[in-house]
Amino acid sequence: MITHIHRPLRVVLYEGKGAIALSAESRAQVMAALLDKGYAVTRATANDSGAMPHDDRSLLVLGLFTDQKAPALEDSSGKVNIEARDITGLGTVDIVSLVDKTRGTTLMNEPGVWKPWFPVIDYSRCTNCMQCLSFCLFDVYGVSGDGKIQVQNNDNCKTNCPACSRVCPEVAIMFPKYSAGPINGDVVSEADLGREKMKVDITSLLGGDIYARLRDRSLAAKSRFSKERSPDKALEERKKCLAKLAQDGFIPAEVLEALPSPDEVMRKAEQAKARAAAALGVH
Amino acid sequence: MSANAKLLYCRCAYAQVVPQTVKDDVLAKLCESGASFESVADLCEMAAHRDPRLKAFAGNGPLRIAACYPRVVQGLFTQCGAPLLEDAEILNMRAQTAEEVGAAMLRDA
Ligand code: SF4
Ligand code: SF4
Repeated sequence: MITHIHRPLRVVLYEGKGAIALSAESRAQVMAALLDKGYAVTRATANDSGAMPHDDRSLLVLGLFTDQKAPALEDSSGKVNIEARDITGLGTVDIVSLVDKTRGTTLMNEPGVWKPWFPVIDYSRCTNCMQCLSFCLFDVYGVSGDGKIQVQNNDNCKTNCPACSRVCPEVAIMFPKYSAGPINGDVVSEADLGREKMKVDITSLLGGDIYARLRDRSLAAKSRFSKERSPDKALEERKKCLAKLAQDGFIPAEVLEALPSPDEVMRKAEQAKARAAAALGVH
Repeated sequence: MSANAKLLYCRCAYAQVVPQTVKDDVLAKLCESGASFESVADLCEMAAHRDPRLKAFAGNGPLRIAACYPRVVQGLFTQCGAPLLEDAEILNMRAQTAEEVGAAMLRDA
């Protein structure tokens, strides 16, 4: 479930007709300061129309208006709140506080409090094998109506834990804020594929041969899939694998600490397995 | 890519993985030009929250984005149900120089 819906104010740095352009240096300073606080900023000049269409969020138009007086503006559709302010004589800090003041108490996501950390699937590589779904204990993955793997609950993902990227046999799982490739989205080399395959040997402890069988839709596979492994053994294997990844420094220790109780782990693992099996048509 | 591609700059403000000097220099180049452009604090944050603005960006004709690895940027838009058009151009501030990114972004300006 996506819970954060506070959209930033859209600030328009207006340099079109009726306004004087800022110096390139001040423009860059003001834009950087606003962006670093989480605002979205449009630079509007008389050249071309580079601006994107607008949605329903509030618009704040800033400019060096020729008579130092911001025009009174109103959205012709009546849906969007527009305010304009003249910024003649104001420095970057003053402009940012003017924007903050205009936003008032309206909530907004802001950098520094939370890190956008979640997996992104490269569908050009993904074979829909569902290993990630079976692996993740935090319900980050789900299946779309048409049976495709999806990142559905990205807010559940544990910050700085890229463990599922190691499970993916196709190196299709990326974490944009990760430091190194190919997990950060860098091109996948042959060496990465080899390395990831070896990693899967380790992580296959998690689900053992269930994963292989999930990929095999033959009848024989179906009957083997339905055979239960010992729950104690499966739990032991999962713990061993996670501990190994933590030891390697690949997943933060806090994630291990945040793991649900053994019973809950088993329940979730069974649930995920069933969802993966259902999506792949294995009964 | 047609001459009137829209320009989008990502500041990567929520967990700065793009080198500070590169993103500052690219922003400076965009600001030195006469071009109109859009800028956002962090495309990842927007994607995490399924910001509908991503749809507006993706579905508004030719687009050039200064952000990071193309696989990631494409994936973020796809994950939000707003896949980028095939000819969308993604410049990578994590791997390219500010000169390269700036020149590609502004080559029609
Ligand atoms: S493990 Fe990789 S290939 Fe398999 S469904 Fe997940 S993303 Fe796709
Ligand atoms: S898309 Fe790339 S540059 Fe933009 S916020 Fe995400 S990681 Fe940073």
